[in-house]
Amino acid sequence: MSLLEVKDLSIRYADSAQPAVNNLSFAVEAGQSLGIVGESGSGKTQTAMAVLGLLPANANTGGSIRFDGQEFLGATPEVLNRYRACRIAMVFQDPGAALNPYVRIGDQLRRILLEHKICKSSEARERTLKILKRVGLPDPERQYGVFPHQLSGGMRQRAMIGAALLGEPDLLIADEPTTALDVTVQAQILSLLRELRSQSNTALLLITHDLGVVAGNCDQMLMMDGGQLLEEGPTEEIFAAPSNDRTARLIATAPRINVPARTTPLPAGTAPIVEIDNVSVSFRERSSSGKKQLDAVRPLSFTVAPGETVAIVGESGSGKTSLAKAIVGLIPMRSGAVSYAGEKLPGRVQSRRNEIRRQLQMVFQDPVTSLNPAMRVADIVAEPISIHEPKKKKAERERNVNEMLRHVGLGLDLRERFPHELSGGQAQRVAIARALVIRPKVLICDEAVAALDGTIQSDILHLLQAEQADSGLSLVFITHDLSVVRQISHRVLVLYMGRVCEVATNNRLFKRPQHPYSKAMISSVAVPDPHVKPEDVPVVGEVSSILNPPPGCPFHPRCQHAVARCSEQIPEMESAGGGSVACFRANELDLSY
Amino acid sequence: MSYLAAIRPILRKSRDNKTIVVCSSILLLIAAVALIGPLLSPHHYARTDFGSPFMLPSGSHWHLFGTDSLGRDLFVRTLLGVKVTLFVAIIASGVSLGIGVAYGAIAGYVGGRVDAVMMRAVDALYALPFIFFVILLMVVFERNFLLIFVAIGAINWLDMARIVRGQTLSLKRREFVDAARLIGVSTPGIILRHITPNLFGVVVVYMTLTIPQAILVESLLSFLGLGVQEPQTSLGALVNGGLSNMERAPWLLLIPAIVLALILLCFNFLGDGLRDVVDPKKKI
Repeated sequence: MSLLEVKDLSIRYADSAQPAVNNLSFAVEAGQSLGIVGESGSGKTQTAMAVLGLLPANANTGGSIRFDGQEFLGATPEVLNRYRACRIAMVFQDPGAALNPYVRIGDQLRRILLEHKICKSSEARERTLKILKRVGLPDPERQYGVFPHQLSGGMRQRAMIGAALLGEPDLLIADEPTTALDVTVQAQILSLLRELRSQSNTALLLITHDLGVVAGNCDQMLMMDGGQLLEEGPTEEIFAAPSNDRTARLIATAPRINVPARTTPLPAGTAPIVEIDNVSVSFRERSSSGKKQLDAVRPLSFTVAPGETVAIVGESGSGKTSLAKAIVGLIPMRSGAVSYAGEKLPGRVQSRRNEIRRQLQMVFQDPVTSLNPAMRVADIVAEPISIHEPKKKKAERERNVNEMLRHVGLGLDLRERFPHELSGGQAQRVAIARALVIRPKVLICDEAVAALDGTIQSDILHLLQAEQADSGLSLVFITHDLSVVRQISHRVLVLYMGRVCEVATNNRLFKRPQHPYSKAMISSVAVPDPHVKPEDVPVVGEVSSILNPPPGCPFHPRCQHAVARCSEQIPEMESAGGGSVACFRANELDLSY
Repeated sequence: MSYLAAIRPILRKSRDNKTIVVCSSILLLIAAVALIGPLLSPHHYARTDFGSPFMLPSGSHWHLFGTDSLGRDLFVRTLLGVKVTLFVAIIASGVSLGIGVAYGAIAGYVGGRVDAVMMRAVDALYALPFIFFVILLMVVFERNFLLIFVAIGAINWLDMARIVRGQTLSLKRREFVDAARLIGVSTPGIILRHITPNLFGVVVVYMTLTIPQAILVESLLSFLGLGVQEPQTSLGALVNGGLSNMERAPWLLLIPAIVLALILLCFNFLGDGLRDVVDPKKKI
């Protein structure tokens, strides 16, 4: 008998015609790891919630979910509570939302022990400390007494995993456990899960949208789409020979870091179109100890050539979004200047000449909030034309709008739609159409594909690249996702805590990174290939607080190559091997693959 | 164009909401009767008839609601009161819509020092003790119908300005406003085309909730004798008149009071219904 046996599970909501999950059957054996992969709306989270009996009251379920012989569907909360925590436990996507902000970490865990009578109350504290240590919280005695907001995202997720493992469950359900975390922290958490499972015989049900995460962590996998099962089987077999067309497309379009870029070659020797000269951004933060200056971006310089894609990559707190907004003039710079085609630009977008404003456009992360909810698609795309070419006749303007919509792959039937009636991918295409309709020379994309599903992500990247090949558009691509960087960029800027670590061409960065941080990030990326074994812990720790940056090189507390000098002096950018790098030991270290 | 676009989904959803349909029908019916009724009745609101004071409501002589202490027809006078009350409602919503929305949206979007000065002015107006303010106006300018509207208008846009400002502060941080700045939309253009259409839901709901407030204020003033002057009347003044004859002719109190309560209830329920319809958590 399987540990968990799901048969013909269907979940339906009264207010939607489509079932959320339709006739899904699968089984998890003891000690096995099964990944459920799907894009948003595939029903993967609904399935997990159904297993734990956490579906909302208006969900109609059918079929059967048996755990160790006990039927879970329709079971009373009393019955389910006998299994929850002790036999079956869950780790949620957002550790910040899953922990009670008013209760100390240790107490939250201790309450689970007491509530489920896992141990005597005299042993509870001891046991909690032991688990906190096991999930890698440094100094468990101190962490026991802190509140969730005092922990970093990665540490919170570790505490959540600790909470799930308290009752030594037979099955652990993890719903997108690393999606809210930075890439280096994601690698740490996944490696922790692998390590914990190797010590006990816990089965894992891992729910994710990321084929890379499944490839490195699950023996078996299940592909879902629109509530339907597409394919199931051993992970290696599915990756090697997917039998379903849709699965094949999902696997083929997954961004891969180990595949060379497919960018168009750059003409040599052209003058840069945008020059960023010593730009820095800082904010004043009010804290309990008076006002403090937060240096989001330290003075940095780079150039963008016509037709070039420069990727700016960094984890949360690296200052990448502040930099993007400063370049286009949405937030003030503290120092430095941005030049366009040799002309120095005023800092604020309102003070820039209309002709210049038109040349620098931006695409934002969230396609839905970047479109005015009260305007129709056609009006959104027409607005830039009526501002920059006010003399244009209405008929001609409409023709331009229609051409642009077709150009970005949208049907004209969408003209009269409102943004909330569009899918994420369609909305991002509208945002791109709005930016491109006035034919800018430079397009700044701030995490433009981060909120989109894998296949749509790849479509949008193709669209941007096609546009670049057509019109010689320069792209500044801001992202946290190295696989995307690998696909589309000519040159890469690696940011860490507001400073540039390394500037290198795409191929060079991924083959021979020179900065230990670049290397750590590249090694942390989960590769959608079961034959690539994930590295155990590519880099320890998390990004330090930007309000209290460490002295010296900002990366030194996490750097395994750090020497005494690294904590005393800040390394300058020096050109090395076709790029430039800010590391004292760049010449001695060989970090190449 | 974007205003219409913002209204249409609200209208569409309102049609399916029973509360909204029932309340707006009742209000429209009352308004229609108030406009047409006096034309059909043989009586005039100011004509006294000392021969027939305190007549019970009856069909005879078309005194549908009876007569008051001076023998004036209560039906026609109640309808006049309704007209005044609804007039107050229109003025109040007009003022809070016109001044309040513009003021709040500008303060919220421009921000900084402009915002600080504008909102402190609102705070200062809030701090005026309203009734004393009105009495003072009456003393200086004598009793004047128009003055009542000025006074009610002066306080009614304050709440709206605050609400709209708060909403604008959160709207202007949304990325579509950044996007508009980048494509070159001017500040007035952003406020007109990108901010205010998105305020629509909140504004509509809040307006239906300020209308009863304004009606109550007018009734209170008239009840205190500071409002409209005889032989003109309002529902508040009628309730006041009814109160002094409560034992002898209770219908003089009850009928205007019931009509007033009905109007207030309808506006309140209408506001509740609209709030359900434009709930930001549900898609409009």
